[in-house]
Amino acid sequence: MGKIRQRLYAIGVLIVVSVISLVPRNVKQRVIEPGTGRMKDTTVRRLPINLGLDLQGGIHLALEVDQSKGPVPDCADAIQRAERVVRTRIDEFGTTEPVVQIQGRCRLIVELAGERDPARAKAVIQRTAFLEFRITDMKGVFKDALPQLDAALRKAGIKSRTAAPPSAVAQLFGDTSKTKAERDSAAVDANTPGVLSSLLFQGQMQGEYLVPEEQWPLVDSLINRPDVRAAIPRGIELRWGAQTESRGARAYRALYAVESRPIITGEELVKAVARRDQSTNQSIVAFQLSRRGARIFSQETARHIGDFMAIILDGRVQGQPPVIRGQIGANGQIELGTKPLQEASDLALVLRAGALPAPLTIVDEKSIGPSLGADSIKDGVRAGVVGVVLVIVIMVGYYRMSGALAVAALTLYCLFTLAGLAAFGFTLTLPGLAGFVLSIGIAVDANVLIFERIREELVHGKSLRLAVDDGFLHAMNAIVDSNVSTVLTALILYAVGTGPVKGFAITLIIGIAASMISAIFVVKTLFLIWLNRRPDMVTLSI
Amino acid sequence: MIRLFANANYDFIKWRRIAFSITGLIMLIGAIDLVARGLNYSIEFTGGTLLQVESAKRVPTSDIRRELDNAGLNGAEIQTFGSDTSFVIRARIAHEAAADQAAEEAVGANVRRALDRSVGAGQYTVVRTEAVRPKVGRELQGKALTAILLSFVVTLIYLAVRFEWRFGLAAVVATAHDVIATIAFISVMRLEVSLIVVGAVLTVVGYSLNDTIIIFDRVRENLRKYRRQNLYEILNLSINETLPRSVLTHGTTIATTLALLLLAGEVIRPFAWVMTFGIFTGTFSSIYIAAPVLLWIEKRWPGEDARGARTLGSRAPTPQFAPPPATPPSSPSPRAPQPAR
Repeated sequence: MGKIRQRLYAIGVLIVVSVISLVPRNVKQRVIEPGTGRMKDTTVRRLPINLGLDLQGGIHLALEVDQSKGPVPDCADAIQRAERVVRTRIDEFGTTEPVVQIQGRCRLIVELAGERDPARAKAVIQRTAFLEFRITDMKGVFKDALPQLDAALRKAGIKSRTAAPPSAVAQLFGDTSKTKAERDSAAVDANTPGVLSSLLFQGQMQGEYLVPEEQWPLVDSLINRPDVRAAIPRGIELRWGAQTESRGARAYRALYAVESRPIITGEELVKAVARRDQSTNQSIVAFQLSRRGARIFSQETARHIGDFMAIILDGRVQGQPPVIRGQIGANGQIELGTKPLQEASDLALVLRAGALPAPLTIVDEKSIGPSLGADSIKDGVRAGVVGVVLVIVIMVGYYRMSGALAVAALTLYCLFTLAGLAAFGFTLTLPGLAGFVLSIGIAVDANVLIFERIREELVHGKSLRLAVDDGFLHAMNAIVDSNVSTVLTALILYAVGTGPVKGFAITLIIGIAASMISAIFVVKTLFLIWLNRRPDMVTLSI
Repeated sequence: MIRLFANANYDFIKWRRIAFSITGLIMLIGAIDLVARGLNYSIEFTGGTLLQVESAKRVPTSDIRRELDNAGLNGAEIQTFGSDTSFVIRARIAHEAAADQAAEEAVGANVRRALDRSVGAGQYTVVRTEAVRPKVGRELQGKALTAILLSFVVTLIYLAVRFEWRFGLAAVVATAHDVIATIAFISVMRLEVSLIVVGAVLTVVGYSLNDTIIIFDRVRENLRKYRRQNLYEILNLSINETLPRSVLTHGTTIATTLALLLLAGEVIRPFAWVMTFGIFTGTFSSIYIAAPVLLWIEKRWPGEDARGARTLGSRAPTPQFAPPPATPPSSPSPRAPQPAR
């Protein structure tokens, strides 16, 4: 009797622990406040079982360092630094329990549960967000070098295919004699205008050139030629404007010649907030620099009063470079024009989190709508319930009272499995749900083996108690052997699989462990109680 | 007390040649199908773009197909998914060079444009998307292959530790049979080979091995118990003795896989198909592959049992089957039924 009591205590402890680990608890979540678009913490009460992306919807991204625009020597290091940046960005992005982890050496996995806007999430994650301030080419160094650039192109045999009609230029710049003169000087050889200089029109400030929108790809390919790049003067780099600008009837893209040395970069930025300028109705990102950054910035701006300063984000000049009117300290702003406030707040977010060490490219993307996930849960649960009912009918129908004991153990099995998932923080996926349903069928195998053994022992004429003891004992060999083989394959699946399949392997492993406890230990205890209660029993209901 | 096959006494092994022919035929059909059509790999393995779309109204797939062709996505596949308002569109990437993020996004945009024209803008919702680079797909192929090979090696080691080598070899042959038969089934049924399906195949391997082990456990036990019978008889006896267990366990497992197959939705269906088939082939192979192969191996390499219990089987298989008694007289002195206290 004492033995039974000990067993009951053990089972009781297991049940209590399982129930505690499954009690709904408060979980802190960061969500976006609908009104303001800011992040705030809320607490949600829910079951402590993590649902996979395939069940609750969301996006899964695998990112790698983009090597297409130039090799990155140490991708492992770049990915490690990128991981920190992406994590900071995602934490502010407003999804519950985001996953950011490095897989293998050079791959970053990002999983955002419940996210409904994959395009926006991708933009926030992938944005390099490298911010820098550079003075434009105030001395006209680039303009002076244009003939050399044209000469380099002529040498390479590139002829001016589409020289812009001079009339259009005159129309555009006719009112400002200064720019016209500069254009003339830019196109040195009037008879055979250079390919490049015929495509570039002097803008409103030093170092600004305008390119007709349709010529933009051509010019971009020209200035990226190695021979042209070599002819660009030292200390000068070219950067495109971020947006198209319209002058009169035509659309232009601005090209800026800027100093190669930035006066300051985004590293010194400590704060960035998005807001809408009431007077101009522009979206702006106001930022604040660190004390060190502010010191450098004020020194540099003091030296460049009257110069134009390009604000460059990820290699693109944002808006028109403003003129530096006086010393600027810690605060500044980036104007985004008519873009929506959402975009400005995303930019502020990535600026706060810092720049990525290298551009990232998405190599694997999966997104699942929340409705599909909800359907999957509904269908999976329905299949599970039907499966369990069928198993109960078979077991009770065939083994009667003993079968009923096995079914009682089966409910504990379900409890233990779910508790195992919750306690170890594993994720339940759709294949995991299928694995769970499947393992219910497999879980009763141990009981079937035991019951068949007991029947055989009874046929051999053993007493009830002896038959039960021997049945459990003799069935153990087969039970252990068969479960070990299943656990081994599940372990391999876990090691190799990704997301959903890992979930399948985990539920299978936990399920087998739980079935060992319930089918052997719990059922044996129930049998012992049963036999003790009915010492006069002659035939076993099995 | 219901007792199915309680004193079953079937000569299973006698039918082995017929069984071999049936499974050989299935494998042959599978092999021909595999060579002719190849396996239907999922986007995960091939790389490419997938969109699952729920439309508000019924749209014939031919309409969508036409618009996809117009959008230049000639290789795209389209099929209904569970219901006729649910579609899956797959565009695989043929050229590695063209496979960068921009190209993949362009494919997605083209598919959406084709849907706008065929289904109507706003008339559908995209509920699932996948975009996988071929490089990642190849990595996954390698992983899946590693998983299958590794599971073989690990089970081999386990069997070697647990059983004598002849038993282990027979079990491995049976397991290999299950994998081949399952692949044949996948090919003939045109099931999409995703990582989940690979997982199902591995689970079938575990399940089938489990079944084989239970019969072999009994064979080992009976070899020690009935020293007079030859292996042929012992195999039959063991299969018959474990028959009630097999029927019950496979019954409950089939019940759950059928529930999954019919109720758990389209995503799980290929998995459920493979599992359901796997239970049949696993049961079959334990009886008709593992046992006859063990018999054959014993004939080739007769020898001492690893546990030294006895020489496995006598050389001459009985010409006609001598059924072992259900309660063999050679069993240890049967106890008289004792009245319970």
